[in-house]
Amino acid sequence: MNHVSDESRALRVEGLWKSFGGHEVLKDVNLEVDPGQVVVIFGRSGSGKSTLLRCINFLEEPSEGTIEVAGIRIVGGGHRTRAKRERIRQVRIRTGMVFQDFNLFPHRTALQNITEGPVTVLGKSARDATATARELLALVGLPEKADQYPIQLSGGQQQRIAIARALAMNPKVMLFDEPTSALDPELIGEVLAVMRRLATELHMTMLVVTHEMGFAREVASRMVFVHEGQIIEEGPPSEVLSEPQRPETRRFLEAVL
Amino acid sequence: MTPSRESGGEHVVQPPLPPGQHHKRSRREGLELYSARVPFRLKLVAVWVAILGVLVALFVAADFDTGWMRENAGFIARGITWTMIIAVLAIALACVLALLGALGRLSRNALAVGLTSFYTSFFRGTPLIVQLFLIYLALPQIGIALGDPWADILTLDVLTAGVIALGLNYGAYMTEIFRAGIQSVGHGQSEAAEALGMTYFQKMRRVVLPQALRVIIPPSGNEFIAMMKDTALVSFLGTSIDQMEIFRRAQLLGRADFRNLEALLVAALMYWGLTTIFQYFQLRLERRLSKGYVRGTARVAVAGQREPAPTTRKT
Repeated sequence: MNHVSDESRALRVEGLWKSFGGHEVLKDVNLEVDPGQVVVIFGRSGSGKSTLLRCINFLEEPSEGTIEVAGIRIVGGGHRTRAKRERIRQVRIRTGMVFQDFNLFPHRTALQNITEGPVTVLGKSARDATATARELLALVGLPEKADQYPIQLSGGQQQRIAIARALAMNPKVMLFDEPTSALDPELIGEVLAVMRRLATELHMTMLVVTHEMGFAREVASRMVFVHEGQIIEEGPPSEVLSEPQRPETRRFLEAVL
Repeated sequence: MTPSRESGGEHVVQPPLPPGQHHKRSRREGLELYSARVPFRLKLVAVWVAILGVLVALFVAADFDTGWMRENAGFIARGITWTMIIAVLAIALACVLALLGALGRLSRNALAVGLTSFYTSFFRGTPLIVQLFLIYLALPQIGIALGDPWADILTLDVLTAGVIALGLNYGAYMTEIFRAGIQSVGHGQSEAAEALGMTYFQKMRRVVLPQALRVIIPPSGNEFIAMMKDTALVSFLGTSIDQMEIFRRAQLLGRADFRNLEALLVAALMYWGLTTIFQYFQLRLERRLSKGYVRGTARVAVAGQREPAPTTRKT
């Protein structure tokens, strides 16, 4: 599906700035992710980590900076021309997004939620899409829920369907925006287990905003600490979690762990 | 019995009567107690029967001719077809206009916002009967001024003018219904659709509008019922004999035989019947649309379905 050059990097964020009405949320953020890497982004509430994720697929328009996903470069800011909208769409097709509050389509069954993207956006046949969707339902451990509507599922099940929906687009990068924050504590484990599977079995490139430090320690190739709109520390979890260099990181980890 | 309940409640608790001494009931109180024992539904039926009884008595007093009604009901009933044709075509036009109007109102395009705000302002701000005459009588005048081929295009027959006027008028009102329906779909739904790479039209068609319909259909059903009744206004344009709808037939026939009461009553009953039948179908449609919002058999409140507003989400 990817007919664009530069396979060496799955994602590159360069000089990303974002402000909401004069308030600067992101200040010159730079980030590179290699294929197969799992990058955990963490930081305090309001530090800008979700905004960073949402800028990558242009759910928020960056004020400044460049986003490059699977070889497609888009410069942030300015008017969204037709050509730019199309490039944004191409980036979105190649990135899977998992939201904090699932955002499943309530008028569609679990299976239909998963086939929606491939059929409507990629133009796949309903038969092919359904076959893939059933495989994905098995992958997230919910093969028997195909014909259930979202309201009939628990939060954890809904989030697993949402992950399957994103995977159905065969994305280059998966973006997870606090995927377990809206879940009851006993349901968090099943979602993290699916995410762990994506990382270890499918070698999926993942960008995960989360407070789940246990998951990060186990799965992350790299951890990125965002503080007041800037990445102030990054490194492998073994280093960041046990020997944080910055006092802000240390203070955050003391509060969370 | 706690003191707080006694002091706080509106109902004063009566001290219990000494044994052997009965509380003396007033006539009114007796009636109230009797009424309380009769089931609500039975009382409801009694009220309806009473109203109909009074009406029948009045009709009899007015030298009511049921034979005439039976004889001529068929002629008036043939107008049902035209009433329905006008109403269905006009509501279809209104729905298209309302959808375009709502999308226009919600867009950030100055041309779209300008066109739709002008449209809704004018057609909600002027009487329907004036719009009917404007389109039937005034448009040909503009057509003549513009010359060929506009004179022909803008000279409409009665039914076309009626459908267009009703459609434009109801479309303007229904724009607000559609707008509210579209806005009732959570922002998260839009984002989920966009994140999949959907275009604006794919997002609207596949995700937003199907969900908005649940909110749009009940009030739109009311609009359709109102529309069926407003088709009677088209008769003021003077429909030709073979295309007359219910009211025009009743009016002509009633005047010709001086049986206005009978003729208009037949027409009224037909409108009433039509609206009642439609209300039944509307109810069934609403039930079908709630699919996916129902867990087991318990209905889930719509409000519980909505995503939190984007401002409340954590960063």
